Amino acid sequence: MAEKTATLQKTPEADVSRAERTRAGRAYLPNVDIIELQDELLVLADMPGASAEDIDVHFEKGTLEIHAKVRPRVTENTRMLVQEYGVGDFHRAFEVSEAIDSGRISAEYTDGVLRLHLPKVEAAKPHKITVKAAGG
Amino acid sequence: MLTRWGNGSHSIDRLRGEMDRLFQGLSEGLAPWTGLIGGGVFPALNVWEDERGLYVEAELPGLKMEDLELLVSGGELTIKGQRKEAGGESVTYHRRERERGDFTRVIRLPVAVEADKVEASLKAGILTIRLPKSDSARMRRIEVKGS
Repeated sequence: MAEKTATLQKTPEADVSRAERTRAGRAYLPNVDIIELQDELLVLADMPGASAEDIDVHFEKGTLEIHAKVRPRVTENTRMLVQEYGVGDFHRAFEVSEAIDSGRISAEYTDGVLRLHLPKVEAAKPHKITVKAAGG
Repeated sequence: MLTRWGNGSHSIDRLRGEMDRLFQGLSEGLAPWTGLIGGGVFPALNVWEDERGLYVEAELPGLKMEDLELLVSGGELTIKGQRKEAGGESVTYHRRERERGDFTRVIRLPVAVEADKVEASLKAGILTIRLPKSDSARMRRIEVKGS
């Protein structure tokens, strides 16, 4: 059973007027999972229809920004019979409170999903502190 | 106009006739063919056509062809699949927005297609199904010859 309760519409990005944003036009918000692993934060973003070279990832001062350029897949005069979603760029920004080793951020794009590895800096990793018995 | 329903059996018949017409209207009239005749709303679909075929497209990021089952039968297209859990249940999610689980979507095809020539591709999370129209459904250009 487990029928999907999915949103039919992709969510258009609400605020595109931010200063650092130079690209014009409408972008969609990708659905994202952020998973905490021991050594890293793993970000999975659904950005179908892009290619690896058209994806930008920026991390600066605790803000992670991802952008994927998506080219139209049908010509303008195509006769659409059903249009349940729009096709366009994906864009999203996050505040990351965790201390991230920005020099070691890596990303892969497979099957329309962007996988971002944000390694934690050493200090942010949980350390097990061994309690030694004090010798008598 | 005011309609009065009497007690006679003829008015029951009339009511039945009305109901039949109503349901007929629902199944045929309102949405010409796109009827969501089964399954859920995921994945969202875009459908277009040209003179040769119908094209059905869905965004299914993270899926591989083996996660999908496509069926063309009785004038309907069924898209079935499963989106697996990315990290498993034991990890900590800070955000969890991506769709997961089983899905089925069924749409009624507006024209007859050649079921044995249907092709599907899955590239960068975009599923595209090409359904060639059968000869009878294809628009024919009729030459008008002058005498």
